[in-house]
Amino acid sequence: MFIEDFKINSNIKIAENTFVIGVESNQKVDDLKPGQFFNIQVSENYFPLLRRPFSISDVQENKIFFMYKIVGEGTQILSKKKVGEKINLLGPLGNSFNLQDNFENLILIGGGIGIAPFPFMIKQICDKNLKVLYGVKSKNEAHNFGLKNVIYSSEDGKIGIKGNVIDLLDEELKNLEFEKTKIFACGPNAMFRALQKYLSDKNILCEVSMESAMACGFGICQGCPTEHKNSDSYKLICKDGPIFNIRDIVI
Amino acid sequence: MNEIDLSVNVGPLKLKNPIMLASGTVGYGNEISEFIDLSKVGAIITKSISLKPRKGNPPQRITETPSGMLNAIGLTNVGVEEFIKTKIPFLEKLNSTLICNIAASSIEEYVECVEILNSQESIKGFEINVSCPNVREGGLIFGNDINNVGKITEKVRAKTSKPLIIKLSPNTSNIFEFAKVVKKEGGDAVSAINTLVGTSFNIYTRKPKIKNITGGLSGPAIKPVALAKVLEISRNVDIPIIGIGGIMDWKDAIEFMIVGASAVQLGTVNFINPKAGIEIMDGLINYCKQTSTNKISDLISSRILE
Repeated sequence: MFIEDFKINSNIKIAENTFVIGVESNQKVDDLKPGQFFNIQVSENYFPLLRRPFSISDVQENKIFFMYKIVGEGTQILSKKKVGEKINLLGPLGNSFNLQDNFENLILIGGGIGIAPFPFMIKQICDKNLKVLYGVKSKNEAHNFGLKNVIYSSEDGKIGIKGNVIDLLDEELKNLEFEKTKIFACGPNAMFRALQKYLSDKNILCEVSMESAMACGFGICQGCPTEHKNSDSYKLICKDGPIFNIRDIVI
Repeated sequence: MNEIDLSVNVGPLKLKNPIMLASGTVGYGNEISEFIDLSKVGAIITKSISLKPRKGNPPQRITETPSGMLNAIGLTNVGVEEFIKTKIPFLEKLNSTLICNIAASSIEEYVECVEILNSQESIKGFEINVSCPNVREGGLIFGNDINNVGKITEKVRAKTSKPLIIKLSPNTSNIFEFAKVVKKEGGDAVSAINTLVGTSFNIYTRKPKIKNITGGLSGPAIKPVALAKVLEISRNVDIPIIGIGGIMDWKDAIEFMIVGASAVQLGTVNFINPKAGIEIMDGLINYCKQTSTNKISDLISSRILE
């Protein structure tokens, strides 16, 4: 883990309210894994006070890319950052998606900005039969930054099917053998609840990347607990996660 | 110029410098030690330890507020037995002055905790948390009773000769009265302040942003309140004060010392910049050089009020 100033070398709008910021260090950034995140200090004057957690969306030598959506004042400030400005990163944080399991088919499910960690992962799994199921509210929010084989669903049906990602998943799984398939999902808790229910009677591996308000990102504030079915104590999303087996979490 | 003397005394507790890392913001040392050499700060204070393990409050536990954060962690900890078994060995190796913060839901429990931990050589003092706003038993209501605070100080004092610090709540109208009682019953110092009770609501769902409804407010938003409380104690009671509340940089630390603090604790800033302890110490040295202050302890209560 490190705390370091990075130089911004791109900050591009890719869809409505959605950006990708690229930052660069003097040193080579390696050993980063899909699913990990950084806590970024968006303001030097402590307003807003806390760092913001962002999944790694891509890594290229000494550059790290983060996809983000403007949802509050922190991301609003981030969206106005100019190339050449510096920004402080703390990380890499958290565990990572487990790509070692023996599976041939990979389904990535992204709900809204939950799609963020997948471009980085997609680059590392070129030998798999891959589908990206991407649920968006509206067409304006949809993009295909770093994605492959994307199937969309939207609330109004103006892009992809009208419905949600569970409808897409149901359709997709009809053609796949469960024991050779693995699902990775990232999105809001409501999506995880629906996914957990849908998968409850299916023997299929599924890892989810959870989100939470957090102050530190590395276990000292204890601010991001989640119930875990196999533990009497809470697990911390920042340190024990953010990736959990969907069967282990209580949402 | 001679080397700046950063050492301070907090009653019988001798610190190499006035920077302490506050309870609940350093965990058991292991995570934050990846960023900061804990042997360099004056002291570290463990998260609150209770007799039995505590799971803590359900999520959501924290939310950001203007220049601050609200937390309702609920004193999550492994309990005293596990603390001795699995946490102390690591903390011992840090070569840092270790203060153990104790939380309890009865006077007897405070006493028992201190009794168990007192034989641990690596623990150089106790900070008694009588002021957590986030637990039903043993928290704020308990610690707002001046008789309780007096009794806890008296009973714990009888069980340890190590430095005894009582961490006071700001959620009271006369904090100095509590400091007076602590001194009368043999406490060596007071920490001021713990978090302020606050809340925050989502205007669209109309629900509280944290599950516990209220939480403890910390961060720069509370600094002026904390300074006023330190000043109040300092003007009325002759007892060492450890200043806490929204310290983000060296200027804040100096301000607390001038107002009356013998040492300071860094809390919320550790979440944002876990190296803050060292950076603030460097700032103190520069300030001392700039102002020809050879001993940082000369700053304590050096305020000019008229």
